[in-house]
Amino acid sequence: MENLEEKYAHIKGWGIDADPDNEPTYPIKKWTGDDHKRLNYVRPPLQEQTVEVLHSNERPGLSAVYGTSLPPSGVSGSIRRFAFKYSEGKWAHWLSLIFADRVNVMEGYVDDLKAGHVPNVFSEQGWKAMWKHNPKLVARKVAGGILVTSLVVAMLYRKSKKTENFKE
Amino acid sequence: MLAMNYRGPYRVRPDYNKPEPEILHPQDAIVQVTRSCICGSDLHIYHGLVPDTRVGSTFGHEFTGIVVDVGPGVEKLKPGDQVLVPFNIACGSCPFCKQELYGNCHESNPEATAVGGIFGYSHTAGGYDGGQAEYVRVPYADIGPTIIPPDMDIEDAVLLTDVVPTGYQAAEMGGIKKGDTVVIFGAGPVGIMAAKCSWLFGAGRVIVIDHVEYRLEFVRNYAQCEAYNFRSINDPVLFLKKATDNFGADVCIDAVGCEAAGSALQTITGRRLMMQAGSATALHWAINSVKKGGIVSIVGVYGPTGNVIPIGNVVNKGITIRANQASVKRLLPRLIEHVRAGRLNPKEIITHRFPLEEISDAYRTFSAKLDNCIKPILIPPAARA
Repeated sequence: MENLEEKYAHIKGWGIDADPDNEPTYPIKKWTGDDHKRLNYVRPPLQEQTVEVLHSNERPGLSAVYGTSLPPSGVSGSIRRFAFKYSEGKWAHWLSLIFADRVNVMEGYVDDLKAGHVPNVFSEQGWKAMWKHNPKLVARKVAGGILVTSLVVAMLYRKSKKTENFKE
Repeated sequence: MLAMNYRGPYRVRPDYNKPEPEILHPQDAIVQVTRSCICGSDLHIYHGLVPDTRVGSTFGHEFTGIVVDVGPGVEKLKPGDQVLVPFNIACGSCPFCKQELYGNCHESNPEATAVGGIFGYSHTAGGYDGGQAEYVRVPYADIGPTIIPPDMDIEDAVLLTDVVPTGYQAAEMGGIKKGDTVVIFGAGPVGIMAAKCSWLFGAGRVIVIDHVEYRLEFVRNYAQCEAYNFRSINDPVLFLKKATDNFGADVCIDAVGCEAAGSALQTITGRRLMMQAGSATALHWAINSVKKGGIVSIVGVYGPTGNVIPIGNVVNKGITIRANQASVKRLLPRLIEHVRAGRLNPKEIITHRFPLEEISDAYRTFSAKLDNCIKPILIPPAARA
């Protein structure tokens, strides 16, 4: 450890009020002084990279380990690559990722259908549990859905009638 | 293998054909899951609020299991060991891990520097598959996983992976002095545990604020504390000031995070329009309810962008804000002691046990607070045999 007293001897009073007990992170952080070595530590062995892994531009490269099961792909993957051009301090980074997530949901439907699987959305959303424990809420939601659908159908019907009258 | 499969906001299903995980790093282990939980923070990803949550992901950061395979660099574990696995993935050698900040590891998450790696918690937390499955890959197996003491119930052990340490650290970060009044916002599993743990630090009065009546009733009995419904007290800040002789609470804990109810403005801008990183109502109340010079401890999960909170009041009142993901590995020895001594009884908060195959109903039951659900756990087929 370098001798800080010597290093800063030219500054009158350097460190005179330093109080090692003034440490608001105690007892969460066990202060060792390693912070001042920055990232100069012996890294663990690095995981072999076999798939594309995006990394924050706030770090020089990948961490020693990471998850590999879902590398970026498709349109959502392109959006994610765009997002990672921006730092974590930018809304462009996070909002792009949220947008990519929504696009990815659509890609999920396409992938399901391509695999010959029609997703059972009601089952995936756990409506069986809703029906079992709160049937009134399910009834309200179904009634609301029917009402909204009826209104939309009625509006479309009126619009088409008007168009027909205009043509006549 | 069987695993939970995320398909989009509010949509999950069992996937019976997910490939089994493999050893990808010399310090990896493969663990066969015996119990896993759905955490309150899993609901944030289930609701589509955490950026970079990819379709096909398997969630789950609270789990126990049996080691079935280890990489050549693993020295402390062997096949057959029964382990509880902390939710943080920690290398043990970076400056943060060396200083016991195991929730802030620098070598477990390439995608973000603001958070360490977490099992099954989106690519923002490293892109790892989680424990709501039959098998999981566990990196840095010599660091995080802890052998379950033979006298410990597996359902106590699984709650030591997150909810108990998070509740405990919430109280610890509060710097509670003997006799302090501690206010906890949120009567979910973490809030319940924070209330229970506040007594261990010598709190003189523990008050929990929520709006779900069955949870308030539960925490009153489980944590022997006061509990109030903010819908019936109208203005929680004013209520708490009056309850503390117009002084303010000594310590306030935010155990809610980004999906708080109670403020239409926060709900619309945070949860509906996503103009901020979720609804910060609980944090707002915590800042305004704590005394001058008091401490606000945050363990509720918020998104990475930003939130509307009264930061001017933080400055003017001289409030100390303390927050972090729980450093599970650091806390485990003490918490295991507490459980063995009967001072903490985690498994009593488990209200629902679902077969892993019923993952869709399990999520909905917890998310919609159906059937008085407090804490659901998932049991894979082999663990039921």
